[in-house]
Amino acid sequence: MQYFKNVSTLKLNAELCKGCKMCITVCPHAVFEMVDKKARIVDVDDCMECGACALNCQYGAITVKTGVGCAAAIINGILNNTEPSCDCSPSEVKCC
Amino acid sequence: MNRPFDFQTLKPIVVAASAVSPELKFGDYLGAIKVRWGIGRDNYRVAPGLYKIRNPNNESDVFISANYKLSFDALRKNLGGMNAWILVIDTKGVNVWCAAGKGTFATNNLVKSIKENSLELVVKHRRIIVPQLAATGVEAHKVKEQSGFAVTFGPVRACDIRQFIEAGYKASPEMRKMVFPMRERAKLIPVDVMYRKYQLLLVLVVIFFFSGLDKTGFLFAKMVETGLFPLLNAVGAYLAGIVLAPLFLSWVPFRAFALKGAFWAVVTTVVLNLLVPVSLIEGVGLGLINLSIASFMTMNFTGSSTYTSLSGVQKEMKVAIPFQIAFAAIGFILFISSKLV
Repeated sequence: MQYFKNVSTLKLNAELCKGCKMCITVCPHAVFEMVDKKARIVDVDDCMECGACALNCQYGAITVKTGVGCAAAIINGILNNTEPSCDCSPSEVKCC
Repeated sequence: MNRPFDFQTLKPIVVAASAVSPELKFGDYLGAIKVRWGIGRDNYRVAPGLYKIRNPNNESDVFISANYKLSFDALRKNLGGMNAWILVIDTKGVNVWCAAGKGTFATNNLVKSIKENSLELVVKHRRIIVPQLAATGVEAHKVKEQSGFAVTFGPVRACDIRQFIEAGYKASPEMRKMVFPMRERAKLIPVDVMYRKYQLLLVLVVIFFFSGLDKTGFLFAKMVETGLFPLLNAVGAYLAGIVLAPLFLSWVPFRAFALKGAFWAVVTTVVLNLLVPVSLIEGVGLGLINLSIASFMTMNFTGSSTYTSLSGVQKEMKVAIPFQIAFAAIGFILFISSKLV
């Protein structure tokens, strides 16, 4: 399943890539592949902006604006004037 | 020589780890059903700390888990027959993926837990197996730097762990991929059904009350007599949005969740109007309210889905919410008008 086209903020700077394959390991949507010992984005529209790749890329080759893709979280954020936040925590129910 | 040693003093040390069975009991399954309906979900936890499956020694694998009991149970039930350590870190009772996103299943918390439980004295090796979905919060190279333990990211699903180990701690591409089949979606639906129950109740009370409106004023008998159909619409739309749409998520071609919900609102409205014929103006009015309710509810399911992004949901909401508000308002005006003619 895929969400909207052309909205993901995922960017890969191939020049910084050292080919460690960590992004391939952590991505839950198989967004990356290896071509000539460097990572490459297969289909950016598969990206859900979870941020696992960027966090685990120790060479800083990946950037993405991360956050929860959750309407309730965004509404909470607007109501509380904060960043989108899902109330997974004990006091409330909804989880991302 | 399979007891852990303190390498400085070369004396066996006592490892404070609770034994835990890889077999789930009736109570575990019952608890899982309850928590899926949101009952006691805020407090479905295991105590953070070190646990052992069977008789692990200082060479056994160490698995890291969240302290949400469903996460912990999913892990231990798949470690049957193995000797292993489980290090449960404090994620405030939240599952692995959500906790990683929220920053509790994260590098600093993991490192802290490794140190608090003196993992370096419990095992000789320096490897820990962390669920792949924790990678949103766990920075593998930093964990190594700060604790000495190298992170191996395990498969997405605990049920693949055995195969993962047999393959030499390697996950196949399929094991690395998050899928969202109907079975998984069905499991998440109950909590979402319960999520906005009070808002639903409020809508029902308001709709029921306005059903009694009449050009002569307010008639109690009319409310009781004609109020049932609008109530049925609202409940139907709510369930269409949060049960039908998620269940058949991939069957409806629209990408926007709000549109998927709107589709099921139309179906619900048509079916209800075929069963109970009402005036056109009331039918259309209720239909618009249904559209608003169902599309809003399905949009809420983005939080439970496994593939929606923040940018995407923001984009969807910018368009959908004005429509939802407008449909609800126009629908309500039409509904009230139908009562006054």
